[in-house]
Amino acid sequence: MPEREAGLGAALKSLVKRTMREVKAVDRISFEVGRGEVVGFLGPNGAGKTTTLKMLSGLLYPTSGEVGVLGRVPSRREREFLRQITLVMGNRNQLQWDLPALDSFDLNRAVYRLPEAEFKRTRDDFIELLELKDLVRKPVRNLSLGERMKMEIVGALLHRPGVLFLDEPTIGLDVTMQKRIRSFVAEYNRRYGATVLLTSHYMADVVALCKRVIVIHHGHILYDGDLSGLVERFSAYKTIGVTLAEADVDLSAYGEVMGKDGGRVTLRVPKAETPRATARLLAELPVDDLTIEDPPIEDVIERVFALEAPQEAGR
Amino acid sequence: MRDMLRYYLTGMKIAVVEQFQYPAANYFYMIGMIAEPVIYLVVWSTIAQAQGGAVGGYTPGQFAAYYIVWTLVRNMNIVFTPYGWEFLIRQGQLSASLLRPLHPIHGFISYFAGWKVVVIVLWLPLAAFLSLVFKPELHPTLLQVAVFAVAIWGAYLIRTMLSWLLGMVSFWTTRVSAIFELYFALELLLSGRLVPLSLMPLWVQQLAAYLPFKWAFQFPIEALVSPIPPAQLVAGLGMQVFWIVFSTLVMQVVWRIGVRRFTAVGG
Repeated sequence: MPEREAGLGAALKSLVKRTMREVKAVDRISFEVGRGEVVGFLGPNGAGKTTTLKMLSGLLYPTSGEVGVLGRVPSRREREFLRQITLVMGNRNQLQWDLPALDSFDLNRAVYRLPEAEFKRTRDDFIELLELKDLVRKPVRNLSLGERMKMEIVGALLHRPGVLFLDEPTIGLDVTMQKRIRSFVAEYNRRYGATVLLTSHYMADVVALCKRVIVIHHGHILYDGDLSGLVERFSAYKTIGVTLAEADVDLSAYGEVMGKDGGRVTLRVPKAETPRATARLLAELPVDDLTIEDPPIEDVIERVFALEAPQEAGR
Repeated sequence: MRDMLRYYLTGMKIAVVEQFQYPAANYFYMIGMIAEPVIYLVVWSTIAQAQGGAVGGYTPGQFAAYYIVWTLVRNMNIVFTPYGWEFLIRQGQLSASLLRPLHPIHGFISYFAGWKVVVIVLWLPLAAFLSLVFKPELHPTLLQVAVFAVAIWGAYLIRTMLSWLLGMVSFWTTRVSAIFELYFALELLLSGRLVPLSLMPLWVQQLAAYLPFKWAFQFPIEALVSPIPPAQLVAGLGMQVFWIVFSTLVMQVVWRIGVRRFTAVGG
């Protein structure tokens, strides 16, 4: 990519000599996804998630290495391959803006050469699942962001692709809309055995849909495995919730006090210290109730994203 | 083939529905475009009258016919612009088209073809009004009308392919306006849009015959308004077919190289 300093001098200099910097968007990443799997693809902005999805869908030619999807090379973008995949980008609009979504669906029927009866059955099914019946006759421009996104998803899945690349499909949507889209993706996966690769900054999406996650950072894969394993691996702390028979006891000697809610105190304790801290609490204090939990997934992910240098990890 | 026809009909239907939602906008756009040919018409009619009733063989009535038909051909010449390409690539919108199992050009051809149907319908009353005002001399034969009806679509396809070719420069650089402007200036002079080519110097006419612009603009107009022998009409259609096929082949080669270079912007 070209780059230069700010200012007139640098602009004039760039007329004579352009400075180019080579940036590896992704570097030596390797993973396999089985048929029917739903995999969360996580990473901070600029980590290489969208680049990877674009390579998998055939929009980018990798400078080196091999990509295979459904036994085909995506960058060749063969028609048979394109008929079996879809890429939904949460921030892109593919429907005809001034027309009801039904017209765009009709165009997709022609693009994918879908038999009329099958097309209508799938369309009506999806419309019902996403509760869009009253909206499909409204011009797309008059729909809310969430309604539009649901329409986009219907349009993108009418040809019933076996592989779904979903790039932040719930971005900017309210909680109800997010839930609706999540349950639709889960239902689609269940009905058609589709493989789903999902990127999202909303951990609720990932927790609800994905057993497996791949974490990418600085163009490298940091983690590839079960969602629960991610917490195990990257969380340095556990959360201990204690309810005491006596109020106003100072628990700072046992761990970092995160909060107090009535008689219940939440402590953050280094993972290695957890058994000893728990034993001490039970031995030294009148404990009514005690729970040990992993920290919320959001906290773990935040910690992973904050890592400076990439560290290799396998599955 | 049947599937492709169905796709084209669906794409055209969508364009017709969409454009008929904005008839007033379309009409005002077309009326705004009339200023250009009316100026040419008034200027050349004045010159013709000053020179004893004709210039370069054109009487004021023939000029009127030329420039009234001009308004339709000009509208048929409006296609997806190269400037639009810059937008498509910069915004990453081309990516969506590339993921469909159909060459993106079909979407553009069918959509604008549907729009042209709307344009033709809206043009008819406009042409009637201009005819009342400027009294064109127009006596086409049935064959001329038939050739004209085909040639305006030939013109549309030639212009589409040329515009698409030009737009694909955006694969290599995203600041291409200067190249487009130079192209449009050449097209203006060598297509018959500014002035009928028969009024240009002989060498310009000879040069224009070897370039595609004339076949996308002046040929359909002359096919209807000038007394052209049938053989020349057929030859003109042949030239249109040649330019459509040639530009399609070049487009396919450049497209393959360009897409390979294309890296979806944004996201």
